[in-house]
Amino acid sequence: MLHIYCPHCDEHREEEEFRSKGEAHIARPPEPESASDEDWGNYLFFRKNPRGLHHEQWFHAVGCRKFFNVTRDTVSYEILETYKPGQQPVVTAESRNGSASDKGAAK
Amino acid sequence: MKQYSGFGLVKHALSHHENWQRMWRNPAPKREYDVIIVGGGGHGLATAYYLAKVHGITNVAVVEKGWLGGGNTARNTTIVRSNYLWDESAWLYEHAMKLWEGLSQELNYNVMFSQRGVMNLGHTLQDMRDIHRRVNANRLNGIDGEVIDARQVKEIVPHMDCTANRRFPVLGASWQPRAGVARHDAVAWGFARGADALGVDMLQQTEVTGIRTSGGKVLGVETSRGFIGAKTVGVVTAGNSGVLAKMAGFKLPVESHPLQALVSEPMKPILDTVVMSNHVHGYISQSDKGDLVIGAGIDGYVGYGQRGSYQTIEHTLQAIVELFPIFSRVRMNRQWGGIVDTTPDACPIISATPVGGLFFNCGWGTGGFKATPGSGHVFAATLAAGKAHPLAAPFTIDRFISGKLIDEHGAAGVAH
Amino acid sequence: MSQRNRLGTGGRIDRTRPLSFNFNGVSLQGFAGDTLASALLANGVDVVNRSFKYARPRGVMAAGADEPNAIVQLGSTEAGQVPNVRATQQALYNGLVAKSTNGWPNVDRDVMGLLGSLGGQFMPPGFYYKTFMTPASAWPKYEQYIRKAAGLGRSPVESDPDIYDHMNHHCDVLIVGAGPSGLAAALAAGRSGARVILCDEQEEMGGSLLDSRESIDGSPAAEWVATVLAELATLPDVLLLARTTANGYHDHNFVTLHERRTEHLADLAPQANGRRQSRARMHKVRAKRVVLATGALERPLVYGRNDVPGNMLAGAVSTFIRRYGVIPGKTLVLSTTNDHGYRAALDWHDAGRTVVAIVDARDKPDGDLVAAARSRNIRVISGSAVIEAQGKKRVTSAVVAAIDIEGFRVMGSTQELGCDTIASSGGYSPVIHLAAHTGRRPVWREDLFGFVSGGVPGQIAAGGVNGRWSLRDALEDGFEAGARAAAEAGLNAVTVTPPAVAAVREGKAVALYEVPHTKPTMRAPKQFVDQQNDVTAAGIELATREGFESIEHVKRYTGLGFGTDQGKLGNINGMAIAARVTKQTIPETGTTVFRPNYTPIAFGAIAGRHCDELFDPRRYTALHASHLERGAKFEEVGQWMRPWYFPRGTESMHDAVQRECRAVREGVGMLDASTLGKIEIQGKDAREFLNRLYTNAWTKLEPGKCRYGLMCKDDGMVMDDGVTACLAENHFHMTTTTGGAAGVLDWMELWHQTEWPELEVYFNSTTDNWVAMTITGPKARKLLAEVADIDVSAEAFPYMDWREAKVAGVPARIFRISFTGELSYEINVQANYAMHVCKALFEKGAKYDLTPYGTETMHVLRAEKGFVIIGQETDGSVTPEDLGMQWCVGYKKPYSWIGRRALSRPDTRRTDRKQLVGLKPLDPKVVLQEGAQIVLEKEIKIPMPMYGHVTSSYFSPVLGHGFALALLKGGSERMGQTVYLSSGDGSLHAAEVVSPVFYDPKGTRHHV
Repeated sequence: MLHIYCPHCDEHREEEEFRSKGEAHIARPPEPESASDEDWGNYLFFRKNPRGLHHEQWFHAVGCRKFFNVTRDTVSYEILETYKPGQQPVVTAESRNGSASDKGAAK
Repeated sequence: MKQYSGFGLVKHALSHHENWQRMWRNPAPKREYDVIIVGGGGHGLATAYYLAKVHGITNVAVVEKGWLGGGNTARNTTIVRSNYLWDESAWLYEHAMKLWEGLSQELNYNVMFSQRGVMNLGHTLQDMRDIHRRVNANRLNGIDGEVIDARQVKEIVPHMDCTANRRFPVLGASWQPRAGVARHDAVAWGFARGADALGVDMLQQTEVTGIRTSGGKVLGVETSRGFIGAKTVGVVTAGNSGVLAKMAGFKLPVESHPLQALVSEPMKPILDTVVMSNHVHGYISQSDKGDLVIGAGIDGYVGYGQRGSYQTIEHTLQAIVELFPIFSRVRMNRQWGGIVDTTPDACPIISATPVGGLFFNCGWGTGGFKATPGSGHVFAATLAAGKAHPLAAPFTIDRFISGKLIDEHGAAGVAH
Repeated sequence: MSQRNRLGTGGRIDRTRPLSFNFNGVSLQGFAGDTLASALLANGVDVVNRSFKYARPRGVMAAGADEPNAIVQLGSTEAGQVPNVRATQQALYNGLVAKSTNGWPNVDRDVMGLLGSLGGQFMPPGFYYKTFMTPASAWPKYEQYIRKAAGLGRSPVESDPDIYDHMNHHCDVLIVGAGPSGLAAALAAGRSGARVILCDEQEEMGGSLLDSRESIDGSPAAEWVATVLAELATLPDVLLLARTTANGYHDHNFVTLHERRTEHLADLAPQANGRRQSRARMHKVRAKRVVLATGALERPLVYGRNDVPGNMLAGAVSTFIRRYGVIPGKTLVLSTTNDHGYRAALDWHDAGRTVVAIVDARDKPDGDLVAAARSRNIRVISGSAVIEAQGKKRVTSAVVAAIDIEGFRVMGSTQELGCDTIASSGGYSPVIHLAAHTGRRPVWREDLFGFVSGGVPGQIAAGGVNGRWSLRDALEDGFEAGARAAAEAGLNAVTVTPPAVAAVREGKAVALYEVPHTKPTMRAPKQFVDQQNDVTAAGIELATREGFESIEHVKRYTGLGFGTDQGKLGNINGMAIAARVTKQTIPETGTTVFRPNYTPIAFGAIAGRHCDELFDPRRYTALHASHLERGAKFEEVGQWMRPWYFPRGTESMHDAVQRECRAVREGVGMLDASTLGKIEIQGKDAREFLNRLYTNAWTKLEPGKCRYGLMCKDDGMVMDDGVTACLAENHFHMTTTTGGAAGVLDWMELWHQTEWPELEVYFNSTTDNWVAMTITGPKARKLLAEVADIDVSAEAFPYMDWREAKVAGVPARIFRISFTGELSYEINVQANYAMHVCKALFEKGAKYDLTPYGTETMHVLRAEKGFVIIGQETDGSVTPEDLGMQWCVGYKKPYSWIGRRALSRPDTRRTDRKQLVGLKPLDPKVVLQEGAQIVLEKEIKIPMPMYGHVTSSYFSPVLGHGFALALLKGGSERMGQTVYLSSGDGSLHAAEVVSPVFYDPKGTRHHV
């Protein structure tokens, strides 16, 4: 069970208070009507789904009711940072010393 | 391949079991194959087997980073059923079901396919509407199934609490008698042994690290044991499909989530059928060894850690105790997690990709095990012909662009 | 039977408190402080159970969680049955009833045992994969016998009367294990002021110190335990949990502790202070730091027939003698690879019984304990091992030979030493389970012949689990770990000076797992590796021969480690054997993966109180008492209990619904609509937000007006609907479906917070604040006029308006909206006024025969009007146009609202999509089955193409015939066609495709 730091509440709370909302930073095409079918399909359904660092959206559903972003390792489940919507992550696969970002520690 | 039989067993016993053959070779990789299957789980091994058996393509390698059948094949709750709602899914899973029915004999390996019936319980009026809809569709598709009431449920599962005073009383169920369970490991081993005997190379401890392409076409795979060439590559890596797609330079409409399961300690037979409840959210059967095998929910986050969160296990056991209050004192022995590749419409992807010669078979979500022989069979045909087998045709990646989903989430039920 | 193996003195049992218990129908005696295992041994019970596969007689082998054999069925009553209880972990209590789980007719004379000994050779690993295949039709029969033969104990068949609870904790330092390291760590952390939880799985804390031969500060080790526990008890922030197993280590230092609160007292939890107490409690601990002080488990040696009762772990022999005052035999042969094993022989000798020989695998054993044995004139046979045990239901002798460990062979001749007990020690395996539960791979340490933790963030290992075997090291490691944990948790750690412990000079151990036999492994007598699953060395060798080379394959093929002990004794030996056969090292063969639980736990304990009513708490509206009074039958909708129908007297459901429908069409009815989701929306951009959220337009909706809205996901599929009212320019009251309420609010927050943060808008759920009573029917206005203080005339209060008013003297919002097609008012009042207003309505309504109706009548009435229910007519694959609701789609709205783009995807543009239609059965008496599939041919031919299905179907009293709503491929083009409806019972009904609006298609009735 994850222990998640809510950047709005400024404290760690139990995972049971939160809901995972999938990949963060998915941009809705700004002009939907001129977006191609492919663009729209990509926006709706296609995901990075990385093995390693993942920027994902969480919702403090039974807490402050606010959304925020989490940078989490999808193998070790280590949470490296949390940040508010509109902000950009500090820890990225590139910034992580080119370490086991995409291969993961465990086989 | 030496045939297995009861007689053979006696003969081997008399020679102290010192003369059993290897079930599969441990060959060095060739430089090039006609077809490479990435992923040595049940689906990949079945694909290799049917490529060799049905299509005569035997110059095939199965490239597996760990050990055969070591992924979700080894971690699932072994339920086999085909009572899906939509035609496309129903036909695919029923195709698998028919293959299951002769699989032990086909492979000369007892996969212990046990048609003890699967029951999907209904607890609300909308559940029952959905059950009627699905069973009616199944019957018109030639798939066995019936709607039974709470009294009939009780007759089949006498130890379930079907009284009206439960929090969610059982109103009825759909019942597929031909459905059941199978011995998961044996399925992988049986296909591997069969494929090996037909000449397929099983390359274990060989991790694919890249997919080499040229001019939009696949040339082969880079592996921890060097480059291996092939003009046709089939990727069947379940939870790791996204990682492989990234190597080939595209994304999939797939998210990999932890799916947990657990078993009780082994007990004398008490539950003869598979009981599933979407509403109460748990499913349970009893293995031949005597363990209660229980499936839990999918955790909401992407996870490759083969473990999920504790509260999911808690909720699942609450559901099981709700259905079977007598199991409260039965003890949970072990829990574990698999990595399931979920798609937006809860249906698989069996598809060509933007890279020529590269095919993916993934996105089976929680439904992969039951499809094993069918998935392998249609994927082998797809790889052999270079285009989709008719049963696989609806399951393209393109459906997520066109919007033509096959929504097995359907009839999920929100009501006034 | 007297306690013939009970020593006259010693042990931590209370000899003044004799206890009676019953094993396999025989009444026996033990003492308070015994485990069931120690009591059985005291009474000379050799055969406790039969093995799983070969039905071989088995006795007690270990003294704790590692016991593979002594598994019993516990319980004197049906409801109190517990399967598979490990006798070594079950405290004895008065009246305990236990049975062997296997063995027929009984555990001493077992028919299956005969089969096992005759047929065992035909049952190598995986034999079932290779046979039972012909004829295919016989498999179910074969399987039935396999199932009957399998399993250990049995499930109770009565419901569990006990309760279980959960407790959440946050602490600075959680220490798992209260042996020397754990106690030391607790002391260090506790004195540093840390919030500490110390747990231990045993009946009392102290671990190995409870049966230690060593002294601490010059006194027996157990006295130090008492002193430390006394001090810890005085520290306010230290929680001591005995009988508490840390069974699972989860991410981010979340640990589940299972406390057995009453299992040492009785089958069923006895009352305490006149109150029901829980049988077990799960402590869910989030710890800043976790100290693993879980020690190590001794490894048995693998030799021929090492499963015959009388074969035991050396450490277990010591534990039974020193802790329980029980000596499990008369004559002992010890086979060891290390100095620690010698303690068993010393304890045995000091208890006054005969040690026949110590057989040491080392050529030159040397160390203080070896010297102690020699000083007692105990015969030490070096460079040798027990290669085989003799005896059937009890060891009668040990076959001993000199061995060449490197060459894996026996040297020279064998000798047979008469004895009834063979103790073995092959070294120790650190208990690293909790370090491996989150997937971290353990690391092999060749100097220890064992795996240690691979290092888990936030976790500190101390003592035996680190391979710090000696008491002195374990204490030192514990103090350090405790201080470090406290410091890392942010406290000022104090340094504790470790107590004085005499150094013990220890000889170097050798690595020995499977002991070579004079015959090759495949031909030697069975050498058991995993006794519970009857996995032998030969079985592992066979598995590798067949190509199962990875340890995971070996485990799965043979069953190694899959027992209820999860291979605590067998795993390392099994890996070592696989490594030897495949000519690899142990780490090359693989590492072991551990999964929760450390030891099995009752489902009930994990479920806790969240069962029955609390499984998913029901929600009741504020009018529930009124519904009960009026005889409602209820339907579950989401979590809500909604009135389904209100039968009068012995009226059937059908009759009640028909009556309720007629009441609404002809008079006035009342529905409790409180369960609909309600969301207050405020802010200057509220209107714009609605424009983007709903498919239709909201720009022109004025205060005082209401509008129906439809919501899609961005894939264009309908997700919810409801009426939203404009309360003021920047203030709206939204309603959602009952089941969708929470999801819609989340959905709105998602879009606002992450996509359109620039919009100034706020949402608040008010579902529970308002009670909504719908009065509907031609007489609704008259009734409303009697209770409301406003002009309710058609002119003053038109359709799709809302008004603020007092109803029955209470502030109310009245919405003139209709889900029945009749003149309707939805009266919303504050929930705490609900019963008052309801009472007033029924008082005033009596003369109009105000009729309460439920969801079923609501469904019929709305279906007659062709109004959809989201989740019944839709299933996540239906667009607004599929529902024929183009009128509700604002293509001209400037902002590309949620779902709009998807409506022009290739698949949503198809004209042959399934569309909402009405179906009128040709036989007016027929009510089609909901869920019936639509086919176009009259003759059923399997497989048959399906064109849609019935979503709703009822009998309409006003129409006088059955009718249905359905989704039908190309439905809008099929009006007037005849289709056929196939139900599972084989019936086929013909129906005409008609408009889904059956009643009052012009909509004149609600406009009056």
